[in-house]
Amino acid sequence: MAILKKEEAKALLQKVLAHSKADECEVSLRGEEGGNIRYARNAISTAGDIDNTTLSVTSYFGKRSGTATINEFNDAALERVVQRAEELARLAPENPEYMPLRGPADFKDSKTYVPATAAITPDTRADAVAKSIQVAKEAQLEAAGFIENTTSFSAILNSKGLFAYDTDTNVVFTITTRNSAGTGSGFAARGYNDISRLDTLSATKIAAAKANSSAGAKAIEPGKYTVILEPVAATYMLENMFRGLDARNADEGRSFMSKPGGGNRIGEQLMDDKVTIYSDPFHPDLPASTWNRDGFPLEKTAWIDKGVVKNLVYSQYWAKNKGVQPVPQPSNIIMEGGNASLEELIKSTEKGILVSRLWYIRLVDAQTLLLTGLTRDGTFYIENGEIKYPIKNLRFNESPVIMLNNVEALGKTERSISIESYRSYLIPPMKIRDFTFTSLSDAI
Amino acid sequence: MKRKDFIQLSAMGLGALVLPNFSAFGTPVDPSRFLNDGMDVKLKKQLADVALNAARSKGATYADVRIGRYLNQFVVTREARVQNIANAESFGVGIRVIANGCWGFAATNVVTKEAIAKAAERAVAVAKANSRVTTTPVQLAPQKGYGEVSWKTPIVQSAFTIPVKDKVDLLLNVNSIAMKGGANFVNSAILAINEQKYFASTDGSYIDQDIHRLFPTFTVTKIDRGSGKFETRKSLSSPVGMGYEYLTPTADNKVGGIVTRYKDRYDMLEDVKNATADVDQKLKAKSVEPGKYDLVLDPSHLWLTIHESVAHPTELDRVLGYEANYAGTSFLTLDKWKSRNFQFGSKLVNVVADKLQPGSLGAVGYDDEGVQCGKWDLIKDGVLVNYQAIRDQAHIIGLDHSQGCCYAQSWSDVQFQRMPNVSLQPGKEKLSVDDMIKNVEKGIYIIGDGSFSIDQQRYNFQFGGQTFYEIKDGKIAGMLKDVAYQANTQEFWNSCTAIADKSDYRLGGAFNDGKGQPGQSNAVSHGSSTTRFNGVNVINTARKI
Repeated sequence: MAILKKEEAKALLQKVLAHSKADECEVSLRGEEGGNIRYARNAISTAGDIDNTTLSVTSYFGKRSGTATINEFNDAALERVVQRAEELARLAPENPEYMPLRGPADFKDSKTYVPATAAITPDTRADAVAKSIQVAKEAQLEAAGFIENTTSFSAILNSKGLFAYDTDTNVVFTITTRNSAGTGSGFAARGYNDISRLDTLSATKIAAAKANSSAGAKAIEPGKYTVILEPVAATYMLENMFRGLDARNADEGRSFMSKPGGGNRIGEQLMDDKVTIYSDPFHPDLPASTWNRDGFPLEKTAWIDKGVVKNLVYSQYWAKNKGVQPVPQPSNIIMEGGNASLEELIKSTEKGILVSRLWYIRLVDAQTLLLTGLTRDGTFYIENGEIKYPIKNLRFNESPVIMLNNVEALGKTERSISIESYRSYLIPPMKIRDFTFTSLSDAI
Repeated sequence: MKRKDFIQLSAMGLGALVLPNFSAFGTPVDPSRFLNDGMDVKLKKQLADVALNAARSKGATYADVRIGRYLNQFVVTREARVQNIANAESFGVGIRVIANGCWGFAATNVVTKEAIAKAAERAVAVAKANSRVTTTPVQLAPQKGYGEVSWKTPIVQSAFTIPVKDKVDLLLNVNSIAMKGGANFVNSAILAINEQKYFASTDGSYIDQDIHRLFPTFTVTKIDRGSGKFETRKSLSSPVGMGYEYLTPTADNKVGGIVTRYKDRYDMLEDVKNATADVDQKLKAKSVEPGKYDLVLDPSHLWLTIHESVAHPTELDRVLGYEANYAGTSFLTLDKWKSRNFQFGSKLVNVVADKLQPGSLGAVGYDDEGVQCGKWDLIKDGVLVNYQAIRDQAHIIGLDHSQGCCYAQSWSDVQFQRMPNVSLQPGKEKLSVDDMIKNVEKGIYIIGDGSFSIDQQRYNFQFGGQTFYEIKDGKIAGMLKDVAYQANTQEFWNSCTAIADKSDYRLGGAFNDGKGQPGQSNAVSHGSSTTRFNGVNVINTARKI
């Protein structure tokens, strides 16, 4: 099925909802089409073209609910899926945390759909990859990379009259270049809604420069160092913290946002006053969905303001339990930066380490959000404001909360992606003091 | 919500390794549908032939088609309530082709002759578009056609035939034991997966497979309200390639010792009782002094170290650079294999790849490119002797056949090299865990898997665990906390000084091992007996914010 326009989606959902005999009913549609190319050793290894559409019906009888889904769209199938959802709802146990469906709301249109991205073909992807491979070959490096584009739409309609629709395009590109001796490696990552912003040639040039300059790395002693995290490194580190901005976990006492003795840290100065983190689905550089699955409109929301915890996510149930207003899960995250360029951050550093990228970050201790992981694809020693030489990769054990208490300076915020989730963020490069490295790695 | 967002938000720490991912994420359905056999095999064959013929007619020199029906059931609870009962089904067709010497792939959820033919054409178009960029044509190891064959996980009882109510009752009973034992929180879940896969290729194979996996798990949390500190203890279950019989243990399935562990079957009710006591002890435990320790590692812990430091670096695609842009490469380069004397570990270390091991997550009859599965050595007497290869890589290591370890997480994902079960072989001499501990002067006995991280070439790693016991002068001297060990893979495996005998051999496993771009999840088991490593660096992970 093609990507449905707003009115087409609404008409189909109304047709489905007309079959409902339940107390409450919510129907949703989701469709996605797109493709990808994966390449390595300067040649394409796998590639695909995928489409999938599903219709989901959730029926409610009191506090019981049931969900059924189909991917057929004839009249009989539409009636059958509603009946099946109702049968399931009658069989389900009561949900003590049931919350009634929400009524109509005004959802502003998002800016996440770009026709040029939706028009990507296998040839478009192949051309983008060809440019990247050409750069690697000219630099006598081996390229391994990935490009993926998706066009999707989501729509929900419920028996209380709530209707929401969103359509989205996305393209992600990551590139690793390595020298033939295996002594140097560089990386770049890009993610946009708009394909016209993606330049695989320049991104590969950056990765190639990193690969060439990272060869011949020296070992340094692990310990506490001032680090400059490039945005792609900072993003991956902070994403782990963003996932923990949840009031319920905090109130229950099992989160870094839990206050010793009970409650959460809202209102507390938890980080350096240079740290401000918020969400805004209307930000022109990071457009995102303007509603969430629970039917809440999404607006600009402050999470950390000048180091003070301003908000945590409150589900409808937990908000009611605590007597506060719900705070919906955001659709994007933005961290404010300063005015310095990456070069200026380096220039202002007497002794430190430039970190291009981090890898394999995992939680060690949920209490303090202690994470471990490693540097990767370009780690450099800085002395007297200059990059002196590449250094061997290091393992760190550090908490992003502690890290954000040790902010020396922030650079200009830029669009960056997490190398694990591929989600886009706006994150600045950051200069952090006393970042804890615990061991050396021989990995290139 | 995007699929990846759902996966992120719903990752309950269920043991994902690289990606918090579910295998073959599907869409909610009535659980009674799980009892239907799905599409008749004769019709699948007809549809498969449509795909193969359409691909050939457009210029494909090779094609394979996978018609997949993936059933997932997740029953998730916390304390006294059900959080989620998800019954999901994903059905569709994935078609892979070689055209102009290049791979192409397309997938569709519309399972009709017309849509399949169109998808086959799209796959060929993708291959042809990409062939402009590729100079070296794909070289496939020859593979005979098997004709019409089938394979099924040898289960006693499909988890899908057990009413959801019974699963809910079990989990709520588990939770009740934890809460009565003084836990503040408990999360528990039963995850069941059934892959119904039909594979056909232009080689002349028509392979019908029915694969089952199960994972019962819980996490108990206790908070010291005074200090605000909290500790957790996960279940000592393993995800398994079995039916619901995994949850029907007998005395023979229990391994005694400082805490009961389990072999081939699992007692969830007993384990949660022990976990609740453990978590209480953890709160009061002594914080570890950093330094060098001899580590005695239980199979419930060691499986993860094997997974990360042995199984991943022996994947040939990593060695060759195909994963360089994501999970990385491998320090086990071809020159080390060719030398036939690269001492990966001590002479005690023998590691085997096995796609047939009963009860394991990776057991199948045939892989996802139509190769019959088998068993082979990876590390022999400490020396690297082989890798894991699929059809388009076999020639690189001088093989005339694939080793049968190609896998795709669903019909909509392209198949690629994924690890088989990779296991450390038990010691040849009779040796119990007690025998091993009594020879340790300063050590730590670690049970259960915890935090994990390893670099992109699999040299430097760090692992935590569930429970840690100090060993002093050959005796257990109480529980420790804040423990993680760091090592270099080769140094670590060369420090292996003792492996318990086969009576202690048990399987652990990963339900969601992530790899590839787009990321895919694979389920795989790793067996071992309790093993000792001397002089390993231990750090203290306690911090204050």
